[in-house]
Amino acid sequence: MTPNLPLVILVGIMVAAGVTLVLERSLTRILIGFVLIGNGVSVLYLVISGPAGTAPIVGLSDDPMSDPLPQAMVLTAIVITLGVTSFGLALAYRAWQLTGHDDVQDDVEDDAIRRRAEKDETSVTFDEADAALPDEEGSDRPRRIAPRDGTP
Amino acid sequence: MNQIVLLPVILPLLGAGLCLVFGRSAFAQRIISIAILALVVTVAAVLLVRADRFGPQTVNVGGWPADIGISLVADRLSALMLLVSTVVTLCVLLYSFGQGIVEFGRDAPLSVFHPTFLVLSAGVSNAFLSADLFNLFVGFEILLVSSYVLITLGGTGARVRSGTIYIVVSMISSVVFLVAIACVYAATGTVNLAALAGRIEELPSGVSNLLQLLLLTTFCIKAAVFPLSAWLPDSYPTAPAPVTAVFAGLLTKVGIYAIIRTQTLLFPDNDLRTLLLWAAVLTMVVGILGAVAQSDIKRILSFTLVSHIGYMLFGVAIGSTMGLSGAIFYIAHHITVQTTLFLVAGLVEYRSSTTNLDKLGGLARAAPVLAVMFFVPAMNLAGIPPFSGFLGKLTLVEAGVDDHRWLSYVAVAAAIVTSLLTLYAIAKVWNRAFWRPAETGHEAGDDLGHDSHGGSMHGRSGVSTKTERTSTWKAVDDDQQRLPLGMVVPTLMLVACSVALTVVAGPLLAFTTRAAEELQGRSAYVTAVLGGGG
Repeated sequence: MTPNLPLVILVGIMVAAGVTLVLERSLTRILIGFVLIGNGVSVLYLVISGPAGTAPIVGLSDDPMSDPLPQAMVLTAIVITLGVTSFGLALAYRAWQLTGHDDVQDDVEDDAIRRRAEKDETSVTFDEADAALPDEEGSDRPRRIAPRDGTP
Repeated sequence: MNQIVLLPVILPLLGAGLCLVFGRSAFAQRIISIAILALVVTVAAVLLVRADRFGPQTVNVGGWPADIGISLVADRLSALMLLVSTVVTLCVLLYSFGQGIVEFGRDAPLSVFHPTFLVLSAGVSNAFLSADLFNLFVGFEILLVSSYVLITLGGTGARVRSGTIYIVVSMISSVVFLVAIACVYAATGTVNLAALAGRIEELPSGVSNLLQLLLLTTFCIKAAVFPLSAWLPDSYPTAPAPVTAVFAGLLTKVGIYAIIRTQTLLFPDNDLRTLLLWAAVLTMVVGILGAVAQSDIKRILSFTLVSHIGYMLFGVAIGSTMGLSGAIFYIAHHITVQTTLFLVAGLVEYRSSTTNLDKLGGLARAAPVLAVMFFVPAMNLAGIPPFSGFLGKLTLVEAGVDDHRWLSYVAVAAAIVTSLLTLYAIAKVWNRAFWRPAETGHEAGDDLGHDSHGGSMHGRSGVSTKTERTSTWKAVDDDQQRLPLGMVVPTLMLVACSVALTVVAGPLLAFTTRAAEELQGRSAYVTAVLGGGG
């Protein structure tokens, strides 16, 4: 099977753009990135189904027909992507309702450590000798302002 | 008779629909859910016996031939996984009834919870029974989408936060799976596992390694194998106790099952065993070091979950009959034990409103039943003889020593160290939460948001904040009434199941050895799928 080069390049561009967006912090951008990757992969299924032919119904014509199996698969994949995306949008909306932004937040433990640092507390296992070392990068990062009242 | 293979997938979906129809009646929802899951347990038991006696049970959905349509197969491995997972699901469902009744009263319907829980069960069954890569993907998606709903149940801030990470990671792994399926189809022209068994061997080794890596990446994300495991300890602890328990028991094991299935059936002689062994070693060691550093019961349990995935991967990576048999045995053991421990953590949270070890204490005296329910599965997890955890680890270690490669010896050493560190982490929980005397007051200012806001079903604070109790015997009587029977009995059932696994360990190990031989033989599976008609 010879793959269709323009389609392959299209898949590459869509997935690359999608990956860039997924690496963002905001859930909405992550979702747009996910949709791009998902659509890129759907196009990939067009690549693997080989050259286009007639409709895959036996007895319709003697010309070579398209491979119906990847089309069945890609339809399923599209439906699943749609469902997951709508769930993700609802989640992003809920996050925005609760916190006023939809950024993916940090790990609870990381948060606890940062709060300890801001309060200038040390943990039980902290070694005084390490205190002379310079701060970890990121501790001087500006604090995010997050209104918590939930009103849009 | 083979048609019953369909039931574990169809029945829960039917039940989910019925639960939605009877959404206003809590009683009807409970009856439907229990009846459906009890029926599925029976079907799974029948399948297990039939798969053991007569070989793999196959059905071609809709009567299409296997390499075009979708086949469901229950061989020994699938049937065992199905039985263990449905028994655990049923117990967790009963536990959630207890919790729901306690928090919302007898008549409050959990309109979303029951249907979603049943759909999750259908997805897990579909993944275990599928003989088709794409149907496996669909099974994964069914269980993942219902797990998205369950992990964000109630939509509180903490759950949205942890759910976001879980959902984004799962979505990406699903896309990788789709790419893997596309590549497999492009290379071989089929996605049927049995047909692939022959065709992948004819491929150039570079192509087959690429396919294997793609599939392994997908399944390793789902199974939380070390470099891809960071999402799990962060996202599991905030969900309601029954949800965390069923996730911990089932979802990662579906990933491990998929690894075992593809490794044995598609890539029997592969070049990536060394890589898998390294992943197993790192998963075990890094996971357990995480558990040692934590001070919250649920987070400790999440890290031991990651760590013990390494044991199963170790058995698969060794690839001998004994290694596979040990891995399958270990999955059955670990599903029961880990679920039980998360349910007990839920009970601890219910009783003390926290699972933070810094705030707990005196539980052994105040709630002896709870202490026993924690102690037995905890020792089982740590691998103390004569429990099934010890037997599983022993089998894996023997398999590793028999492998006679230096890396296997490293893995054996890692397995033993991990086992000891598990005991240490568990002993820390025991000493601080159960053994030490209860303190009457706590230092203020230590409240750094460790509370996991997790226990109640809908994220509301269903448990009223209880005042600290002194550990007098009078208080004990008081507390025994406070632990609701509806939550204690299902937990005790699971504790009994995990002990029962120890009692039947001999026959079970013989069974898993037969399952491992069947996996390595491959021909039984292939002829059952491609030769058998629906």
